[in-house]
Amino acid sequence: MIEVEGLVKYYGSRLVVDHLTFHAEKGEILGFLGPNGAGKTTTMRILTGYLPPNAGSVKVAGFDVLEQSIEARKRLGYLPETVPLYTDMNVFEYLKFMGDLHRVPNVDDRVDEVLEMVHMADRYESLIGNLSKGMRQRVGLAQAILHKPDVLILDEPTIGLDPVQIVEVRNIIRELGKEHTVLLSTHILTEAQQVCNRVMIINKGKIVAEDTPERLQSSLTGSKRYAVTVGGNAEGLDSLVGAVAGVTRVVPNQQGGLEFETNAGADVRAQVTRSVVQAGYDLLEFRPVGMSLEEIFVELTRTDPEDLDVPVVQNEAETEVDVQ
Amino acid sequence: MFNIWTIAKREYKAYSSSLTAYLFAFIILLVIGVIFFISISSVMSGMGQTTPPGMDIVLYPVMFLLVFSCPAFTMRLISEENRQGTWELLMTAPVRDAEIVIGKWLGSFMFVATLIGMTVIYPLALHLMTNPGIDQGPMVTGYIGLLLVSGAFLAMGVAISAMLSNQVASYILTLGVIIMFWWILGFFTQAAAAGSVFSTIFQFMNMQSHFYESMTQGILPLSGVVYYLSFVVFSLMLATVVVETRRWR
Repeated sequence: MIEVEGLVKYYGSRLVVDHLTFHAEKGEILGFLGPNGAGKTTTMRILTGYLPPNAGSVKVAGFDVLEQSIEARKRLGYLPETVPLYTDMNVFEYLKFMGDLHRVPNVDDRVDEVLEMVHMADRYESLIGNLSKGMRQRVGLAQAILHKPDVLILDEPTIGLDPVQIVEVRNIIRELGKEHTVLLSTHILTEAQQVCNRVMIINKGKIVAEDTPERLQSSLTGSKRYAVTVGGNAEGLDSLVGAVAGVTRVVPNQQGGLEFETNAGADVRAQVTRSVVQAGYDLLEFRPVGMSLEEIFVELTRTDPEDLDVPVVQNEAETEVDVQ
Repeated sequence: MFNIWTIAKREYKAYSSSLTAYLFAFIILLVIGVIFFISISSVMSGMGQTTPPGMDIVLYPVMFLLVFSCPAFTMRLISEENRQGTWELLMTAPVRDAEIVIGKWLGSFMFVATLIGMTVIYPLALHLMTNPGIDQGPMVTGYIGLLLVSGAFLAMGVAISAMLSNQVASYILTLGVIIMFWWILGFFTQAAAAGSVFSTIFQFMNMQSHFYESMTQGILPLSGVVYYLSFVVFSLMLATVVVETRRWR
């Protein structure tokens, strides 16, 4: 449904999208994950035909977005990052206008149907200028699905919504993924985990990882990270553990102990426990820690792994949206 | 064609719900009404003018006000879309760039035509007040002229609105270009040696001459009609090119 080959985009001399290649099949919800400025929005804009690429090709539902632009656009639903709404129109007028541009048959009925889907049926006469952010987002979503597009491109669809609305929108997207191909960008990892069948992590215009959320997690983690907790004063513990051959990174954790990472394949458990005990510490706990998707993300998108020392805080950044 | 109509309808509705548009409509009707009243009463009182006023008392002030109001109607056409982010929506909808441009122009033209249409009450009143009534020739050609000229003004405004993202800059530049074609070329014509090639070119390029020298007199010359229509076509083509190149920026 979406075929992207060797996509390159420069803004001036700055490379924003760097030879990006990916495909998405029918009925797939593909998550596009990356930090701000990774090139997500630019890639989506190229996919919708809004921006031309410097090199590479994009096909949507079999149509080239540059050569057969109108045909491709007919099969595409798009929700940009800033929801594009005419604030002087009411919800119904706006959707009817968009439906007319897309030549939707029986547009009035279809608008009612779509408003029902996004739970906005009772607000169809409201002036868009008076709607709350969450409602605007839903009207934007309604606009994107109005013409039953083969491919749906959603740029951060849940941004700025409250937790209840986020769950609603995610459910709508999951529902839509059954019939449409959805490409969704987000920097919220739990969202990608919950909604997407497949996740692409993009940084500096390049795909740095691509897999199902589950496999991405297991392939990148295994049990190469361990937590160590000792009783009493833990001073000097970090340098002790860091000195063991095969240990790559030592980070203090919230419980007063520390967590460390090892080289892939190196089993250092015996040496670490032995040296901890021999140094006179009371070893209370020693356990493997799986990396969360957040950490994988940070790991993969770090500019310089040596400079960054990211403390391990489980899911703190996402607690506000993690209501499911 | 259907897309053009869809966009034009939306623009027309946007004007009808905007305060600025109503303000301009109010000013136009007010000024014309005042001028009309003064002209009539000066004749009635027997002072100053003694011959019954003709179509001029309506056509001239309407024309003058159009020069200043047309840029105001077009300045928001494309820059507002940019501000609201809806430009992205139009550019990714299955609509051709030319259809967007023509639709926007048509919407503004329909609104200005409505305003011009409202002023018809004055010639009609004049017709009833005078004996044997006004000459209907200048009325018909004069109104056709107003529509043609405003169409040309608005097309220029659409092209400039596509170029500039700032509404105030768009208003000022559009006004400048209109004044250039409407007044300043007239001075050039006078400055050039009579009968010379330049004089003829300036004479033809001068927007005003086609209107005042024939259309207000009850004449509808083909050259004038072609002139204004080609102005519209050229400006809208320019606007389409600008919109297309914006994609590549």
